[in-house]
Amino acid sequence: MTDPTHIRNFSIIAHIDHGKSTLADRLIQVTGGLTDREMKEQVLDNMELERERGITIKAQTVRLDYKAADGESYQLNLIDTPGHVDFAYEVNRSLAAVEGSLLVVDASQGVEAQTLANVYQAIGNDHEIVPVINKIDLPAAEPDRIRTQIEDVIGLDASDALEISAKTGIGIHDVLEAIVTRLPSPKGELEAPLKAMLVDSWYDAYLGVVVLVRIIDGQLRKGQRIKLMSTDANYLVDRVGIFRPKQEMLDKLDPGEIGFFTAAIKQVADTRVGDTVTDEKKPCSQALPGFQPAQPVVFAGFFPLDNAEFEDLREAMAKLRLNDASFVYEMETSAALGFGFRCGFLGLLHLEIIRERIEREFNVELITTAPSVIYHIYMNDGSTIELHNPVDMPDIVKIDHMDEPWITATILVPDDYLGAVLKLCEDRRGRQKELTYAGTRAMLVYELPLNEVVFDFYDRLKSVSRGYASFDYQMLGYEQGDLVKMQILVNAEPVDALSVIVHRGRSEQRGRVMCEKLKDLIPRHLFKIPVQAAIGGKIIARETISALRKDVTAKCYGGDITRKRKLLDKQKEGKRKMRQFGKVDIPQDAFIAALKMEEN
Amino acid sequence: MEKKAELDTPRVGFGLYVHWPFCLAKCPYCDFNSHVRHGGIDSGAFGQALVRELKQFAQRTKGRTVTSVFFGGGTPSLMPPDTVGDVLDAAADYWGIASNAEVTLEANPTSAEASHFRGYRIAGVNRVSVGVQALNEADLKMLGRQHSVAEALKAFRAAVQTFPQTSFDLIYARPHQSLAAWRAELQQALSEQQGHMSLYQLTIEPGTPFAGLHARGKLILPDDDAAADLYNVTQELTVAAGVPAYEVSNHAWPGRQSRHNMLYWRYGEYAGIGPGAHSRLIDVTGQRVGVSTLRDPQDWQSQVVAVGHGICEEVAISATDAARERLLMGLRLVEGIELADLEFGAGTSIDTDKLDHLIDHGLVVAPAPGRVAATPAGRMVLDAVIDVLAV
Repeated sequence: MTDPTHIRNFSIIAHIDHGKSTLADRLIQVTGGLTDREMKEQVLDNMELERERGITIKAQTVRLDYKAADGESYQLNLIDTPGHVDFAYEVNRSLAAVEGSLLVVDASQGVEAQTLANVYQAIGNDHEIVPVINKIDLPAAEPDRIRTQIEDVIGLDASDALEISAKTGIGIHDVLEAIVTRLPSPKGELEAPLKAMLVDSWYDAYLGVVVLVRIIDGQLRKGQRIKLMSTDANYLVDRVGIFRPKQEMLDKLDPGEIGFFTAAIKQVADTRVGDTVTDEKKPCSQALPGFQPAQPVVFAGFFPLDNAEFEDLREAMAKLRLNDASFVYEMETSAALGFGFRCGFLGLLHLEIIRERIEREFNVELITTAPSVIYHIYMNDGSTIELHNPVDMPDIVKIDHMDEPWITATILVPDDYLGAVLKLCEDRRGRQKELTYAGTRAMLVYELPLNEVVFDFYDRLKSVSRGYASFDYQMLGYEQGDLVKMQILVNAEPVDALSVIVHRGRSEQRGRVMCEKLKDLIPRHLFKIPVQAAIGGKIIARETISALRKDVTAKCYGGDITRKRKLLDKQKEGKRKMRQFGKVDIPQDAFIAALKMEEN
Repeated sequence: MEKKAELDTPRVGFGLYVHWPFCLAKCPYCDFNSHVRHGGIDSGAFGQALVRELKQFAQRTKGRTVTSVFFGGGTPSLMPPDTVGDVLDAAADYWGIASNAEVTLEANPTSAEASHFRGYRIAGVNRVSVGVQALNEADLKMLGRQHSVAEALKAFRAAVQTFPQTSFDLIYARPHQSLAAWRAELQQALSEQQGHMSLYQLTIEPGTPFAGLHARGKLILPDDDAAADLYNVTQELTVAAGVPAYEVSNHAWPGRQSRHNMLYWRYGEYAGIGPGAHSRLIDVTGQRVGVSTLRDPQDWQSQVVAVGHGICEEVAISATDAARERLLMGLRLVEGIELADLEFGAGTSIDTDKLDHLIDHGLVVAPAPGRVAATPAGRMVLDAVIDVLAV
């Protein structure tokens, strides 16, 4: 076994595009994990979508062998954590599985809100943190300013921050040395019963469910019978191994080590991030602290654009769920949209990722209904209901009151855009908790109702700050709110897929914006179409889509017939991208586009 | 089934379309199969090729009598009158031409072309459709026309003197055209016309120079609302002058409708000869067949010389497609269509709910039991109406 004093476990904390993946790649390359030929750009982000968006969804690990300046060989285990606010819990568990972090900050961009949130999580997990200023090769690099910023904003001593360029390789050896000399080694007892943290898991077409673990105490061996403590389920370990990043099979993992096992586990949903893995016969006495089952916070309906594709959609959902236990769904029937699914997600990005994967990898075109949070409805008869679909809202007269979830949002924004961001937060019913400055940047802490955030807060924030604001959030809890269900009527018929639950004080503005949007999104028809927003029976906003005035081919003779007929076929095909509500065709993308506020 | 063809022919006739693909200049809005040539055309040989192909079509449509002929293009007024005569003689020989047949030729109103009028009349042409297009110089220039207003009016008047029937053709809804300007221009045209007018709104066709300008924002057409207003004024003035619309863009004194074009809109049978021409023939089993010929004049001519025809495609038109074609042509006519003619196949017919909805909104009427027609309001949005009704 490797002496734990010669093991270092670490993660990299960085904002998107600050160079986390590039640094990871460079570390792998320098320590010889892959030959140059095998190096692909950002090998750790191996999902197409992840690479496109520059974000990591699943945690990944890689073991590096490094011969340090002291002449000793060290085993370095890197956990690449998921990089988005929606996956805050997963990030936390990944961080809990290692002893230290490299904090990578872009030498010109500086600290961002998401970095901040992850650093605090790392500090909360007692990490030793090595600040690393990346991209010092760029002309805009200002390492001294960034050093000051790290000290001012985060409160970390940055005097010995490393200055590197992951892209060109400057300072990579200093990083490896700092990992060895500045990060603590893991502690663990070889003789104790097996105790390991389940860091993440995924479905592999060849291996089945692959479980990533950090061994705390004891040994995980091939052939061992193990138990997952949260579910009490037992399995026989059939493979144990590590990633370098290529798979390498071993017989066992020892205390302090990070690796994977397989055990004929049927689905990813049977494994829970943060769970404790122990020996079936000789279990550890206590599970690891900090475990939480995955909780979806945002819900939306997914309906196939073409009803005939419902079975394809069902299959796509099942396949995605295989690899993503945090995504939940159940069948839903909509009067307007037919058969579909009500789905729960960790957040909006998570929703976007699943939606894109269904459309891209499974070729099922979707209509997505308005995202909703979970409301707690307290009924007059004393019962409570958890509501996440406006369609299921009970009769208002039977409701005593409703609670909605709130979040605490941390926003970092340059001075110039502070006014616009403050206005956005105030417009969204925010309550300011903190406003502090670090250099020319403001750090804002706001409490916000989640339902004001789920639609397009993120997009708006980016837009009002020209992309300079960064954002992170945590759940705060439930509070009573004056909430109502707003319906949208198109040509006097309610379209349930467009119903939303809104705060009464915001309903008129939201209704007006939605009606205006729909007026632009729904093409002109042969007759005029009223578009109305209503609460109960009361119309609160109205727009009219005027009738088509002119649409006729001027010349049509004997030679044009075939062409005209084919044009007709094409129009029919175009109509397939629409949904019929009564006599009105609503384009597929209108359902989500109608919800975006763009309030300026 | 053979009865069907026999029934159709007397009802709506049998037409012959002749395509002359050459022009002296290409108009920037035109997407027809036209090819610019400055001399070097062996009209005699080209005419012989037309005759050879005509013979081929006649052989597969035996027993028909031609009720209308239309020389289109390109610029058919560049055809030597003798060539026109040769084609008409061949049609008379192989099919027979009805004594009251309409024989139309499209003419550009340049003085050179007007000098052919006498010869065309002698060859058997009895109707010319004169492409005046605009009555102001700036717009004629913008449209790439090779004639002045005065020249066009002179040519039109010469046509009126020469032929029993004429059509006065204009393009409107031009860039920057105001309602008042169009009113004045149309009034002037109405005082000149002699029983038939084709009034087309300018349309941007893909692949034309205008399409490029339009895409770059250098050519701005009246928007839908303005175009609708222009269309309404057109209806108002032509009705007042006794030349009401009988089709979306065609107006005539009663009884002066273009018989040949009516054949298209009533979905009759016609043979098209020359490069890029289209036919709708009814074969001995009653099956409607779409036939088209090679578009390139040289390719077409070589193939005719080699095998006797320039046909490159023959498609049997399914019952559904035939019904759709009948719908999209027939609803263009003020007279409308017989619902009984719309058999979409497999028992499907027009959705009566949708039809009633269109009637409720004043876009369609039922002028007689079993018959439907678009109203003036419906004709203005006819493509959308057809889209609703097509199965």
